[in-house]
Amino acid sequence: MIQLKKRANPSVLMGYLAPVIALGMTLVAGFLLFAVLGVPIGEAFKAYFIEPVSDLYGLAELGVKAAPLIMIAAALSLGFRAGIWNIGAEGQLILGGICGGAVALAFYEVEAFYVLPLMCLAGIAGGMAWAAIPALLRTTVNANEILTSLMLTYVASLLLSFLVHGPLRDPDGFNFPESRLFHDAATLPLVLSGTRLHIGAPIAILVALLAWVLLSRTLLGFALRVNGDAPKAARHTGFGQGQLVWFSLLFTGAMAGLAGLFEVAGPIGQLNPVISPGYGFTAIIVAFLGRLHPVGVVFAGLVMALSYLGGENAQIALNMPLAVTGVFQGMLLFFLLAADVLIHYRIVFGQERRA
Amino acid sequence: MSDVSLFTATRRSLLTLAAAAAITLPGIVSADDPLKVGFVYVGPVGDHGWTYRHDIGRQAIEAEFGDKVETTFVESVPEGADAERVIRRLASSGHGLIFTTSFGYMNPTVKVAKQFPDVKFEHATGYKRADNVSTYSARFYEGRAVIGTMAGMMTKTNTIGYIASFPIPEVVRGINAFSIAMRKVNPDAEIKVIWVNTWYDPGKEADAAKTLIDQGADIITQHTDSPAPLQVAEERGVLGFGQASDMSAFAPQAQLTSIIDDWDPYYIERTQAVLDGTWESVDTWRGIDSGMVGFPEYGPNVPDDVKAAAELVREGIVDGTLHPFDGPINNQMGEQIVAAGERLDDGVLLGMDYYVEGVQGSLPK
Repeated sequence: MIQLKKRANPSVLMGYLAPVIALGMTLVAGFLLFAVLGVPIGEAFKAYFIEPVSDLYGLAELGVKAAPLIMIAAALSLGFRAGIWNIGAEGQLILGGICGGAVALAFYEVEAFYVLPLMCLAGIAGGMAWAAIPALLRTTVNANEILTSLMLTYVASLLLSFLVHGPLRDPDGFNFPESRLFHDAATLPLVLSGTRLHIGAPIAILVALLAWVLLSRTLLGFALRVNGDAPKAARHTGFGQGQLVWFSLLFTGAMAGLAGLFEVAGPIGQLNPVISPGYGFTAIIVAFLGRLHPVGVVFAGLVMALSYLGGENAQIALNMPLAVTGVFQGMLLFFLLAADVLIHYRIVFGQERRA
Repeated sequence: MSDVSLFTATRRSLLTLAAAAAITLPGIVSADDPLKVGFVYVGPVGDHGWTYRHDIGRQAIEAEFGDKVETTFVESVPEGADAERVIRRLASSGHGLIFTTSFGYMNPTVKVAKQFPDVKFEHATGYKRADNVSTYSARFYEGRAVIGTMAGMMTKTNTIGYIASFPIPEVVRGINAFSIAMRKVNPDAEIKVIWVNTWYDPGKEADAAKTLIDQGADIITQHTDSPAPLQVAEERGVLGFGQASDMSAFAPQAQLTSIIDDWDPYYIERTQAVLDGTWESVDTWRGIDSGMVGFPEYGPNVPDDVKAAAELVREGIVDGTLHPFDGPINNQMGEQIVAAGERLDDGVLLGMDYYVEGVQGSLPK
């Protein structure tokens, strides 16, 4: 019989190395997969990991794809550390897009410097408002925030669908479900001209740094960390359970909302029925891949973004099926979880003698 | 393995030579230099519906032109920020002709097209064109008129279940064409519509089909891309119509017929035009007469009189004596909106945002 026994002292070093080991194992398994598919390994490696970022445009695209993941995941990792599980960042992102986008459309005739900041504020407010619902339900009637935040995601996406089919629809667009294209004053400034890299990318790094300082240098960060390990002890830090719930949800809501606004005011440039390919959900994976550490999240976000870009490029360059990308991401998570289990448990073969 | 890499290396140096030749002799494309044709798909190639049929069209290009072309596709590309990157990546990797096959790719296609004036773009179902962007679509509503006629004759419960994707004019037009044709042969029949807000989600589509059958529908039709609704119909012993391709393999008893999207001739024609250097930006909207909208063999449960009626409608549409939007047409309140002898023009059809008589419920706005 094989048993898992809890280790008394899990290795801290291995905890940090786990993502690297998981990445290495994924590569090895990936090579085996390519060999089975009959794709030359060198070509596949190049198509997946080198070509997508081999020019400036590719690197910029990596930033475009990683920015929302990093921004949301950095915020999520604070809450997850505290054992507060906001699974609905996707919905908060959509609400941010809706509110910020609505401001852009309301000021459609106005080309002024204040439109964009106003949109950002509206995006943040929208995300926070959506996250406030699970916070309120958790703190008043103790409703599980995992369920409420997740379910509100579907409400958010239907609300967006309703708005672009109705009130926010482009009046000159033959009734197709999309808004007008935003004005230049309502679109994000670019960091690199000739690419799509917008100021959301540096802001995402700033958010990660802010989350890091908050978590490691402030009393609030300390309270969040304690709350994850020993909720009752957290009370002695001066922060109540309710305050931590409110803070975690509102902070992630704000960041997800801002990320949503950045998507509609950046690469999309209008409101569509679908404004995110699941960034809010992928960010959960990114948060764990980054060890719930705001700085780790930056690297995890880049790795995850690269896996999407590589998947697209492998389809174009090598006619590889899209499913390979899914397999890659699945393996990465699988190896990470396996490494985690082995850090905290050891495998015991047969019946271990009692000491 | 070493053989493979040797071969690859040789081929690559040949390509490099060809590229060098192309650079030194501007305007002259080497005969060995294949035209790269790229496709962007909204669903997986295995959806057995919309994307599947576009991919059949891609294969038709390969079969027709052989070594003269090289085709590439990227599947399940989300309609949003990702689409622009994929389209741009195709354009910058030497593709000379790019088909973007979903409505949501319209703005990204136009945006990328501006940056790559020498690349030709073909966008399906949209309305924005440019010097190097054409649009194309099929008059699927003509097919809806044929299957609407069949449904009207065959329903016993006078209830048709309609699984719809997004309330855009194309889908609304299909529902209305179906209802008008159905009401002509059976004024008591009604359509119940469920909006699933997706083009492809077998689970959601199947749930919608179950709900519609539970509400009394004995014929299911769909404007979504998977065979799931037909499979449910087969299981529950009701009838239905395929979508975009012949789905009889999934529902041998239930499928009465299907509306097949046949892009092959159009794709071959456009590729030929690029090869000949005669490609121009056009807006194409073809129907049954051109073969862009087609039908498979009738299913085993279609009686002869229904076949005959369906053929009559099909022939009428082909020879122009019949149009799916011929008056009189009533709105949902029963008020006449198109008088007898009148016909709705393409402009109205392209922006259609209301239901006609026979459709239950109200259009989501």
